[in-house]
Amino acid sequence: MAVESAPDLPHAPERALRDGLVLAFAVGIVGIVFGVLARSSGLSVAKTCAMSLLVFTGASQLAAVAVIASGGSGPAALGSALLLAARNALYGPVVAPWFARNGAAARAGVAQIIIDESTGMGAAQTTPDQRRTGFLAAGLGTYVAWNLGTLVGAAAGDLIGDLQRWGLDAAFPAVYVAMLAPHLATRPGRASALIAGTVAVVTVPVLPIGVPILVSTVGAAVGAVLAHRERLPVERSAT
Amino acid sequence: MSWTTILVMAAGAYAFKVLGLFGLSRIELSGPLADLVRLLPAAMFAGLVLQQTLTGGAAAVIASRSLGVIAGAVAVWWKAPLLVVILVSAGVTALIRLRWGV
Repeated sequence: MAVESAPDLPHAPERALRDGLVLAFAVGIVGIVFGVLARSSGLSVAKTCAMSLLVFTGASQLAAVAVIASGGSGPAALGSALLLAARNALYGPVVAPWFARNGAAARAGVAQIIIDESTGMGAAQTTPDQRRTGFLAAGLGTYVAWNLGTLVGAAAGDLIGDLQRWGLDAAFPAVYVAMLAPHLATRPGRASALIAGTVAVVTVPVLPIGVPILVSTVGAAVGAVLAHRERLPVERSAT
Repeated sequence: MSWTTILVMAAGAYAFKVLGLFGLSRIELSGPLADLVRLLPAAMFAGLVLQQTLTGGAAAVIASRSLGVIAGAVAVWWKAPLLVVILVSAGVTALIRLRWGV
């Protein structure tokens, strides 16, 4: 057994392993939710699974099927998904140094698993080697868990039948509340959510389904102005 | 959703990931555009929660759903695991519908 190389590997602390498993489990649950919602929105099992394999960014996929499920158009779903996917571009510069010595082909593979969870897990480690390991473990772990969850959800979607009978039409928005919660930690985040929520309530009765979600992004614009203003005093005192 | 939409979505999502990894530098992470992109989930999930809760079905369906979502939000507030959030929100809504025949 080639155990000689083992001491060179960063000793993943038990805590990191446990965190990783808890993360993968949670991602798997959301994957099941996605699968069920995707099937109920009219997507085939093949399309549902293809989305998770190819798109692989949970927030975008959930938003897209939510728009379709409530009767929105394909372009509205696509617009919501891509706006949410833009966030992953911000993680690239954080991840890039960890894989600077790898070839372009390897980094093209790494790109697909750049999401909230993998970037967060990598950034939480201390040494460069541990960051790579943390990123890869979380990225690959969530990829497997997300796709397994999707498959289970897509298959179960047919058995569940009428979602309303089980109250599952309440579970989907509740899951979005859970995904929203971490973004409410900052003042600009809370302002964005509050304004977006208000805009959604006002525009839902008058705009085509799915479009209010796109319009609610003005909340983020106001939040960005707020974030910029909050930074100003710091910059002034620094000069 | 058509296969074309799914493939365009996949290509777009991957393009953002690649752009970040190969194109952007760390300096560009602190601009106003980056702030906007970072705040999009806060805005869009708030919008999605309300749209999903308030549309689709008769008044009684929407009311029972809203109470389930509020119960789920309380579970989130108490930092309950996601599975509990799902069970609480669906359970409350299902029970209300069972009791009052919605």
